[in-house]
Amino acid sequence: MAMPEPAVARGPGNTAVQVSEPDPRTGFRTFALGQFRLSRDEYFVHITWPTPKGRLEHRISADAFLRAMMRDVAWGFFYGLVNFDAMFGSRNLYGRVEFFAGRYHEAYHKAGLSYVEEFDSAFAMNVCKAILRDFCSAGFDPFAAPEETGSTWAGPKRGDNIAAIERFRIATKRMPGLFGDSPLRDDLPVNRAFADIPQDEPVVETEPGFEGKLHAFNLFKYLSRSDVTWNPSVTSVCRESLFCPTTEEYVLPIIHGNDRVEWFVQLSDEIEWEVADKETGKPRARILMKAGDVAAMPADIRHQGYSTKRSMLLVWENARLDLPKLYESGKLKPYPVEF
Amino acid sequence: MEEARYSRRAQIDGVPEADLGFGNSLAREENPMGRYTTVLGSLHEFEKGRLSIVDDDPKHYCHSNVFAVASRSEPYEKVAVGKNLEYVIEAIRAEGTSAWMAANHDEFVVLLDGEVTISFAEPGAAAIAENKDGTQRLAGDPTGRKMGRVFLKRGHQALLPKGAAYRFSAARPSVLIQQTIAGDLTRQKWAEICAS
Repeated sequence: MAMPEPAVARGPGNTAVQVSEPDPRTGFRTFALGQFRLSRDEYFVHITWPTPKGRLEHRISADAFLRAMMRDVAWGFFYGLVNFDAMFGSRNLYGRVEFFAGRYHEAYHKAGLSYVEEFDSAFAMNVCKAILRDFCSAGFDPFAAPEETGSTWAGPKRGDNIAAIERFRIATKRMPGLFGDSPLRDDLPVNRAFADIPQDEPVVETEPGFEGKLHAFNLFKYLSRSDVTWNPSVTSVCRESLFCPTTEEYVLPIIHGNDRVEWFVQLSDEIEWEVADKETGKPRARILMKAGDVAAMPADIRHQGYSTKRSMLLVWENARLDLPKLYESGKLKPYPVEF
Repeated sequence: MEEARYSRRAQIDGVPEADLGFGNSLAREENPMGRYTTVLGSLHEFEKGRLSIVDDDPKHYCHSNVFAVASRSEPYEKVAVGKNLEYVIEAIRAEGTSAWMAANHDEFVVLLDGEVTISFAEPGAAAIAENKDGTQRLAGDPTGRKMGRVFLKRGHQALLPKGAAYRFSAARPSVLIQQTIAGDLTRQKWAEICAS
């Protein structure tokens, strides 16, 4: 049976963020994102959207919502789908962005209860950042592992944590540590889970006249000092080929739906991935990746990872701008290699 | 203190948990003092994970392990373990001294096991073909000026700058991954590396 395709509403352009006064009981505000309404209470974020049968409401545990929203904001809506859970999320159209409810939940979508609205990316980003600032109480760092940040997300509004949600990271143009490029992380402490990672730097001997031409750094040291989880950052650029290593602990806060093939290289420890169909969410595979393992994530899947011990993962992306259209049109097969 | 490795695989009334092929292996390694032990693979100690298919073709995931690949490779054989259109990640067994190589674009290596020295020089008369992507082998030794050397240990990453000639040397077998573009030297043997 063909899936019904809901009309995509077009949301407002660059207009002011619509927001309520703080709720007198919880202290949190309610936000409008087009026809979506987002509010939170002590434990849950409530999302409502219009359907032919009236407004539907979906709830997500506030910690899970904040972790997912943090990634969506930090990654500029990332590549493809950022599913906060099986119901709600965003789809990057690169310059514009769709937010959806039920669109990639087969039962809701078939029942005509899904809703999609498209926004100018800058406007949607402003709304998302305003939601993060309001829904995140003092002490809660949505980038941190649960063991590090505890249950400070729960309860009524108590202050905020602007520093945690507005970390600024300089984009890497070629390789961290090169002159004029992104900095190394020598000013950050070694994470508790990587206390055994050697902190020595490679020796670089440069002949006169070639100063600044050769470069090397300790990638494992750099990763051991990451103060965030599930947040890839670029460490090498070979044209459109980007190495984006990251450190992973607990659960990937989003279910990432690919719009291109991406690859994982497990640098340390292990992660188990659940892979499902991007469109329907039906399970397709599970991959337990151990140190040294390499695996492709096809362009037509969604995936979520689980890492008990903080691990180092190399995410490898192809940043070519035309890839989503090439995969969607079938001009490229969703898997990377024929053999 | 001897480190404790413990399993989360439960036994109920002495009956082990059924292994349905979904990888019940232990993820956490933490000693009783609460310190963590980071598991890094090596040429001599690695364990490939597991791909469990529910409803798909296992070939679509190209699941391999760089240490397994390097354990069966010739020295400096460049075996693709990842391919994204023209771009590749190659697993390389570094052992002894390699040929001199260069590329018309930046390349990068990360050393995952062992120790490797990279020597750099201007290609000079041994220049590579200009309109070609991927790593190219120089016809002979570079005749230009020496540029320097980089000494890598496990976890270190190095830039192989566009246009510079380089060669690797390793006193004992070591393992590199290289970020580059598929070229004449890239070996693709997916059925072999994904099956083992």
